[in-house]
Amino acid sequence: MHHPVISPVREPLVQGRKSYHQITEDICSPTERVPSPAWVIGFLISAATAVFGIACFVITVWVGIGSWNLNRTIGWGWDITNFVWWIGIGHAGTLISAILLLFRQKWRTGVNRAAEAMTIFAVICAGMFPIFHMGRVWLVMFILPYPNTRGPLWVNFNSPLLWDVFAISTYFTVSLLFWYTGLVPDFATVRDRAKGIRKKVYSTLAMGWTGAAKHWQRHESLSLVLAGLATPLVLSVHTIVSFDFATSVIPGWHTTIFPPYFVAGAIFSGFAMVLTLMIITRKVLGLEEYITVGHIESMNKIIVLTGSIVGVAYLTELFIAWYSGYIYEQFAFYNRALGPYWWSYFGMMTCNVISPQFFWSKKLRRNIAFTFVLSIFINLGMWFERFVIIVTSLHRDYLPSSWNMYSPTWVEVGIFVGTLGIFFTLFLIFVRVAPVVAIAEIKHVLKSSGDQYTGTEADPKYKDYFIEKRNKGVDGIEHHDEAHH
Amino acid sequence: MKKVLFGLYNDDTELIDAIHGAKEAGLEIMDVYTPFPVHGLDDAMGLSESRLHQAGFVFGALGLLTALGVMSWVFTRDWPIVFGGKPYFSFPAFVPITFELTVLFSAVGMVITFYVVCGLGPSAEAKVLHDRITDDKFCLAFDTTNMSQGDVEKYAAFLSRSGAAETHTKTI
Repeated sequence: MHHPVISPVREPLVQGRKSYHQITEDICSPTERVPSPAWVIGFLISAATAVFGIACFVITVWVGIGSWNLNRTIGWGWDITNFVWWIGIGHAGTLISAILLLFRQKWRTGVNRAAEAMTIFAVICAGMFPIFHMGRVWLVMFILPYPNTRGPLWVNFNSPLLWDVFAISTYFTVSLLFWYTGLVPDFATVRDRAKGIRKKVYSTLAMGWTGAAKHWQRHESLSLVLAGLATPLVLSVHTIVSFDFATSVIPGWHTTIFPPYFVAGAIFSGFAMVLTLMIITRKVLGLEEYITVGHIESMNKIIVLTGSIVGVAYLTELFIAWYSGYIYEQFAFYNRALGPYWWSYFGMMTCNVISPQFFWSKKLRRNIAFTFVLSIFINLGMWFERFVIIVTSLHRDYLPSSWNMYSPTWVEVGIFVGTLGIFFTLFLIFVRVAPVVAIAEIKHVLKSSGDQYTGTEADPKYKDYFIEKRNKGVDGIEHHDEAHH
Repeated sequence: MKKVLFGLYNDDTELIDAIHGAKEAGLEIMDVYTPFPVHGLDDAMGLSESRLHQAGFVFGALGLLTALGVMSWVFTRDWPIVFGGKPYFSFPAFVPITFELTVLFSAVGMVITFYVVCGLGPSAEAKVLHDRITDDKFCLAFDTTNMSQGDVEKYAAFLSRSGAAETHTKTI
């Protein structure tokens, strides 16, 4: 016997006693105003950084991969580190929009739109690294399986690197479709408020949406199935990324723990990036009543969970290296922690294992400034993790004669900084042209999550109604508070 | 072109009550438009369940067969190569791509089906009855194209009786 899910003690997700119309006003208005000076400055800095990054890509293509510091021993460096880092960041968007939808977590409605946008932009940034790492980027179509004139030779379907091509292109496509389909009704809302040229643009974007009952029914059905598809998809993407390493015979990479460890790490880093972005966005756009401290606390709970999984995975790796009795594995881990790249291992351990443990404290979970600082630490820590896995495993291999060190050139650093510029440029454009919070979804949960209906501040008439409903139970029989098991 | 008589309600519960009322009174509803998916609307209107997920299954199955078929054909018939001493038909290695294509075909196919069956697209004209329907109004619409004046008045009277905040007519 279950009580109805509506609870007078549950923390409201929408504050400020919003009416439906007020929700529309609050969320649409940032797209209708002249951009603020803060936005313009942010956009110019991001765009300039993006242009610098593109220049570094051009240098890479013009000069060749020799403009990077990769060498015979260390064939993967900042490029693949950044690739895995960006892909991981993308995972939080899909977790919020798909997995939390299946788990019926209503707090996802406040942040899903922006998190999905973040996913798409992060995957765009990620995809550039392996493509440009190929060197001869004009031959990029060789990664696609098509009956070509070279034999016909085919791609190697047994290779995890090819699985990555399929995984990431599928992930990008499905995320984009999921995100855009969710945006269509909200674009219609913007369209019906707009005039002149904006009306024309948003009419095209809204695809002719009217809000008819049958359309809503199909829309709901589509969203649910896409969520069901995206859930195993997101788990598969980082699993396959981990196969890039795990199916090789490099000590430190060749471990079966990699898939779950990479997926947990991806979600961990993605939530850190969502928090970094959301804490700024909610402030700048004045959306504190939709992206509440309660939302931030929920995300911090996921941070402490996934951060702890990652911590356990690090310790398991160390234990298994010792327990295996395999000297090369043992050396790889000794070298990670105490070799010349000890600082990256130390950074990884501090930022990823120790720092999230602060979130066991409710007070710190609900402290916005603290959360913001910690989210930056986690972003950094997860970058270190990928650097540790890639560079420290490679730089001292089986043959001591080929041991080497690696530090990036300014071109490699420039490309990474440039992808940050591209990411923030795209995100800043997004917050100007699209509703940052899913308008229709917020309205849908208003009556169960608005602060006039639920929580300690609820309007007494609604409070009595819910208490009566709860005590009666779904079958209308009085239950009060006895145990039902 | 249709002449549409419609009422705008301020709350979703009023709309649901009005739909029940219209059915009891034997009035023929053209459509209902809401700013967000209203819980219980499908039941009230007697809409049958969407079959979109069935299309998703068919497209997914197509993706699965495409991936398995192409990879098996390439590696056993068209250009067999030994990779690391493994058999030509190395099924476990085909699983990741098969999974990805299943998801891809299913998602893309379903989304295209959705836009086609709903008649939505970049150049589709939105037949908007009122600008506030995508904001905060809940709309119950009747097609009055072939109705007598007396019938139209009967429908209009129902709208105001059932609590519609506004009643309008529009030709779409």
